[in-house]
Amino acid sequence: MINKTVKNADEALRDLQDGMTIALGGFGLCGIPENCISALVKKGVKNLTCISNNAGVDDFGLGLLLQGKQIKKMISSYVGENAEFERQMLSGELEVDLIPQGTLATRLMAAGYGMPAFFTPAGVGTEVAEGKEVRRFKFNGTEKDYLMEYAFEPDFAIVKAWKGDTNGNLVFRLTARNFSPLVAMSGKITVAEVEQLVEPGELVADQIHVPGIYVHRIFQGAMYEKRIEQRTVRKKN
Amino acid sequence: MLDKNAIAKRIAREVKDGMYVNLGIGIPTLVANYIPKGINVMLQSENGILGMGPFPFEGEEDPDLINAGKQTVTLLPGSAIFDSAMSFGMIRAQKVDLTILGAMEVSENGDIANWKIPGKMVKGMGGAMDLVASAKNIIVAMQHVNKAGESKLLPKCSLPITGLKCIKRIVTELAVVDVLPQGGFKLIERAPGVSVEQIINATAGKMVAEGEIPQMIID
Repeated sequence: MINKTVKNADEALRDLQDGMTIALGGFGLCGIPENCISALVKKGVKNLTCISNNAGVDDFGLGLLLQGKQIKKMISSYVGENAEFERQMLSGELEVDLIPQGTLATRLMAAGYGMPAFFTPAGVGTEVAEGKEVRRFKFNGTEKDYLMEYAFEPDFAIVKAWKGDTNGNLVFRLTARNFSPLVAMSGKITVAEVEQLVEPGELVADQIHVPGIYVHRIFQGAMYEKRIEQRTVRKKN
Repeated sequence: MLDKNAIAKRIAREVKDGMYVNLGIGIPTLVANYIPKGINVMLQSENGILGMGPFPFEGEEDPDLINAGKQTVTLLPGSAIFDSAMSFGMIRAQKVDLTILGAMEVSENGDIANWKIPGKMVKGMGGAMDLVASAKNIIVAMQHVNKAGESKLLPKCSLPITGLKCIKRIVTELAVVDVLPQGGFKLIERAPGVSVEQIINATAGKMVAEGEIPQMIID
C-alpha cells in the first residue's frame, strides 16, 4: 500500500502485543512520539522491551509506561532523569541494558541498511564488551580492537516527525530528528505520528529525511505538549 | 584553588581556531563561555548539532532545539543538524578535533571511569564510551579529589571503565596534569596559590613534577 494513512494512534498500534520489542525515537523529551506513548498507556500492553536512548521523566514520555509497569526491559544509553526508573532498576523489577549512544544509533541504522552486524571501538575493555566478539582492524591510520555489535530488529518502530505525507515520507525539525530516522528504518512495522500530515507533492523530494518505503502507518497527532526538560535561557541586555 | 568557571577558563585556552569541539555535561559546557575572542570553533553536540550557539533569550526557547544535556540552545550561522548515527559517525571517524568531558576517576595509564557507581548511581554512559574510544584529543575537566576527600587521579580506576588509555590531559581545581605515553601523571601547571606538594598529596597515582612548575594563566 502506498497510502499509509491511518486514523489515529490506536489504529496504528492495533496489533502491538504484550512481550513485543519496540524502538522509539527521541532524545530526552525532544521529538518523542507523545500520541503513541499515550495510546500504549491506554492500551495497557505489558512486558515490553523498549529501545530508546532515554526513558523519559517520571510523568512524561516513557516514564508513563514505567509507572504502569508496562516495560520489562529497557535498552538505553542514558537514564539519569527518572526516579521511578532508578527505583525499578535497583529493585530488579526492570531489566536494563545500557549501551553506548553511538552503538545504539548504529544498531538501529544497521537494521534499516540491511546489515546484520558492524564493528565499533566503543566499549572495548569495558563491561559493554563482555561476551562480544572482538576483532582487530587497521583503520584510519591506527590498529586497534573493535567490538562486533548486532542490528536491532524491533517488532514496532515508533517515531514522531514534524511533517509527513500520506506516502510516509518524513521530515524532522531541528534536533527533534536525533534517533528518529534510524528508529524509523528499523521496524518490522514502522509507525510515524506527525505534527502536520500533507498530501504527496507538498514535501520537497530532496529534503526528505526518511523515504516512505520505511514507514507502514502514518497519522497526524491529535496534540503535542512538547515539554522542555531543561529550560535554559539568557537575559536580554 | 580554582572554581568550576576558572577550570573552564583554563581549558578554553586549549581550544584553537578552526577546531570542531565536543563539550560534555557539567564543567565542559562552561568552556563555551570562555573561548577567546577571535578564535572560531564549531561546537558539536552529539544529539545532532554542529555550530551550537548560546542559550536562547528568554521567551525564544524552542523545544525542538536542545543540546546533549537536554538544555535549550540556539544555532549559529553556518550550523548543521543531523541524526544520531551521523553524529557518532563523525566522532568515530575522528572528524571532531577536541573532546572535553568530566570524569569520576582517571588512571595513570589514561583509563577513564565516568558512567557508573555499582549499586549506587547507574545513569548510563550516554555518548561517553563512543567519544573516548575514538577521539584523538581528550581533555578531562574534574575535581582533583572526590567529596570524601579521596584522589580521583589513581594508579588504577576502581569504578567500571568507560575507556582505556585515552586521556592525555586533565585540568582540575589544583593543576593541569598530563598522562605520559608510557604511563604516569606529569604535573604541567599549578593553580594560583597551590603548591606542588599539595598537588602530589592529592594525587594517588604516580606523579612526576620536574623543575619549576609554572602557575596557570587563567585570564
